[in-house]
Amino acid sequence: MEQLGAAALPVILGGILLFGFFKNVDVFDAFVQGAKEGVTSTIHLMPTLIGLILAVTMVRASGLLDMVCELALPFAQTVGIDPELLPLALLRPVSGSGSSAYTLTLLQQFGPDSETGKIASVLASSTETTFYAITVYFGACGCKKLSYSIPAGLLGDAAALVFSIISVKVFG
Amino acid sequence: MINYIWFGMIIASVICALCTGSLGELSTAVMDGAQGAVELSISLLGSMCAWLGFLKIAEKSGLTALLSDAFSPVIDRLFPEYRADAEIKGEICMNISANFLGLGNAATPLGIAAMKAMQAKNPHQEAPTKGMVLFVVMNTASLQLLPVNMAAMRSACGSAQPFDILPEIWLTSLAALVTAVLFCKIKEVRSWNS
Repeated sequence: MEQLGAAALPVILGGILLFGFFKNVDVFDAFVQGAKEGVTSTIHLMPTLIGLILAVTMVRASGLLDMVCELALPFAQTVGIDPELLPLALLRPVSGSGSSAYTLTLLQQFGPDSETGKIASVLASSTETTFYAITVYFGACGCKKLSYSIPAGLLGDAAALVFSIISVKVFG
Repeated sequence: MINYIWFGMIIASVICALCTGSLGELSTAVMDGAQGAVELSISLLGSMCAWLGFLKIAEKSGLTALLSDAFSPVIDRLFPEYRADAEIKGEICMNISANFLGLGNAATPLGIAAMKAMQAKNPHQEAPTKGMVLFVVMNTASLQLLPVNMAAMRSACGSAQPFDILPEIWLTSLAALVTAVLFCKIKEVRSWNS
């Protein structure tokens, strides 16, 4: 299974290249042209990223996240999950690297095959970093209004929390 | 909206740090955050250029058009406003396929390309189209065939069966995706009626 995952990327690259070559595309020219767009896209994206990541780092460093987790403690006790899972649920939509790091500490602390370890694994890999995706995509194309994307994304994250607990408790 | 969220996050952090006395940590966090974002951009730059380069080859050779034809039944239903636009549909398909295969580094550049193409045909430049919102929301959820990163993390921590939780991950991510897409579709219908 892991080998299959590792094989996906080279196979796709090779496939795209072969197809282009046989369709008489100047493959290198096309590649360079696309890569140029990559440079401008990334540079345009940088200010947005700085703003977002700055705010996320501040929220974590100020202890605000821990405070919110404490407020949600009674919820964890009612549902019957380990309170240590709460920071992960709150961190997941906000910070990708932060939630990966936190998942790793949970796996080490509880063991990857424990119930808490399993819920953490499922929760961490079942959604994307909502705020990051929304800021990056809307920032990169220069669209100012976000419409209902944030409530929709967060609703998905809430569903992931609920289903990760249920699925591990039922099947695990 | 991002205005209020960003403002709220920073002001709340400052107030919280004032109350708990972690002002020192907060001031290093400001610099660390900004620096971290630049580091991320630089590391993103490489994969961004590489993937947009390969996307261009795929577009010029007609591969993305083939892909969009193959997925048309699903894409047309999700994004009816782009039914007749092979280029946009192709880019949406490339992003969805990359997400599904777990190629996160490829999915972001491909997704940005799709967003730019949709924005270029957006009649109201300030407000996103329904398709743009749905597309971003689908990217905030993620349906992955093989979550290899998670499996690697689990086996690094000594898991006996790192892929043991695969069915749970599929079920959970599918449920999250369906919930978010349904929410968007309900919102779309409401905005049609009003």
